[in-house]
Amino acid sequence: MLSHTSLYILDIALMGMGIYALIAKRHIIKKIIGVVIIEYAINLFLILIGYRAEGVAVAPIQDAEIGATELAAKAVDPLPQALVLTSIVIGLGTLALMAALAIKLYEKYKTFDMSEINRLRG
Amino acid sequence: MNHILPLMVGIPLGMAVITLILSKIHNRIADISATATTIATAAMSFYLIGTGESTYWMGGWFPPFGITLVFDGLSSLLLIIVNTVALLSVVFSLSYMEKYTAKPKFYSLFLFMLAGMNGVVLTGDLFNMFVFLEIASIASYALVGFGVEHEELEASFKYLILGTVASTMVLLGVALTYAMTGSVNMADVSAMLKSFPATKTMAFAAGAFIMGFALKSGLVPFHAWLPDAHPSAPAPVSAMLSGVLIKAIGVYAMVRVIFDVLGASPVFLEIMLVLGALSMAVGGFLAIGQWNLKRMFAYSSISQMGYVVVALGLGTHLGFIAGLFHLFNHAAFKSLLFLSAGSIEHATGTRDMKELGGLAQRMPVTSTTTAIGALSISGVPPFNGFFSKLLIILACVAAGRWFLAALAAGVGVVTLLYFLKAMRFSLFGELPKALSNIKEVPFPMAFSVIALAVVCLAVGVIFLVDPAFSDIFLQPAAEVLMDGLKSNASSYIASVLGG
Repeated sequence: MLSHTSLYILDIALMGMGIYALIAKRHIIKKIIGVVIIEYAINLFLILIGYRAEGVAVAPIQDAEIGATELAAKAVDPLPQALVLTSIVIGLGTLALMAALAIKLYEKYKTFDMSEINRLRG
Repeated sequence: MNHILPLMVGIPLGMAVITLILSKIHNRIADISATATTIATAAMSFYLIGTGESTYWMGGWFPPFGITLVFDGLSSLLLIIVNTVALLSVVFSLSYMEKYTAKPKFYSLFLFMLAGMNGVVLTGDLFNMFVFLEIASIASYALVGFGVEHEELEASFKYLILGTVASTMVLLGVALTYAMTGSVNMADVSAMLKSFPATKTMAFAAGAFIMGFALKSGLVPFHAWLPDAHPSAPAPVSAMLSGVLIKAIGVYAMVRVIFDVLGASPVFLEIMLVLGALSMAVGGFLAIGQWNLKRMFAYSSISQMGYVVVALGLGTHLGFIAGLFHLFNHAAFKSLLFLSAGSIEHATGTRDMKELGGLAQRMPVTSTTTAIGALSISGVPPFNGFFSKLLIILACVAAGRWFLAALAAGVGVVTLLYFLKAMRFSLFGELPKALSNIKEVPFPMAFSVIALAVVCLAVGVIFLVDPAFSDIFLQPAAEVLMDGLKSNASSYIASVLGG
């Protein structure tokens, strides 16, 4: 069972990988993958906020078997999950736009190399 | 409960979809519905002046559980700027966008962007702010690449990558804030933070917020995308991006989060001063060397936003008045300049100053409005830019920041220098042979630039003779920021959680 802290460290490492891909890679698709990794690292971070490491967590649904106090003590926090759902949908929108732009850029420049797509400067 | 507030977001959001559907019947309907929508939102933004602070609970869920829309002096000022410039940009597009195919899609994206900006300005909820920020941003990425040519696509891609990183940073800030306080309602978070001791987590969240919003507002050193993206967009979109988008989702959002959520501590104000001073100087000096008219205006936007951020970062009442007045003025003259550059490009087919010249002979209206815009932004009396720059310098002196005052005055001279260059090479001098049969632009385009030129002149004169202007527009907004400086419970918290 991984502790809370090590999960956060792994999540930050994931984000670092995304930033590395975004900065160091010249291929457009690899840059897009980098952006997506950063987004997912943040989404995972949001989920971790509501996570309970003790292995006692239940879904945040109240029924006859579980009382309100017990639910509050055991249930995972549902709000970050709702936020992440919204954030994933937004991420999907950006990803679609990025992919469409990558295709259009390839049609115009005949390359995926960002260092050769450099008409704007100065 | 103020029922106009959700309409400010809902009408453009709904009409963005309806416009696209109606355009299947006839293309002209898109023109009419986009114009009608922006007239409606602009009218509502003026109707809201002086109605005082009000809130709206989405779906009847009271704060801190539901999403709250909050209207106060600062929102009022921003709503007027955003919706007026949007209306004039749409009127300009009626003729200008004829040369692009898929005009209805342009209006649809434009209205999405407007809805997103109105949402950011009105929302009282941090996560909701992120969502509206993304609506406005994604629409603007697509609008920058609307021409689908080499440069447009390249600019759009760069803007998209950096914009997404900025949004992600904002989301990280929201996540950390939620982890600390267990709430995303701005007033609720603010009330809790005032009772907490300052922690490292909150400092990290503040850093993420400031980086995200500084990237969105193109402050140096986060400005790399701006001089590519703003000139590549079609002229009405450039006017919206430079005129209002970097203010609404950049500077406004940063100021709202710093002052009303985190509490404006001296550290944050110092960061704003440094970012502002850097932008002011670097943007100004980079603008001098430009030969592309719109690219020069884009660098000038960086420089002028530096002025605004410096004035707001002073943390004095005079500084707030000066900064907000410059924010207002910059929206007027920068959208005027970008629309005029669009008119010049429409008539001549180029925006390279080396190929232009002598336009004053053939295009009297466009030349006059361009000159008015250039004189306003360079701070020549009696235009509006003079008074706001003077106030900013006075505010720096009053706060004892002599270096900033000198820098602001020096960059003012630099601004005058590069706008004289722009006027000398595009409006005056000899008319090149290739441009001998150019014509003045059609009526809708002329109407928009004339309206903005009148605003530039009238605001300068009215500000001088009638203190009521400042009392109605600037004072209530400055009060909101003054409120953010207090360390105890503020009236923002009271008006949201108590109302």
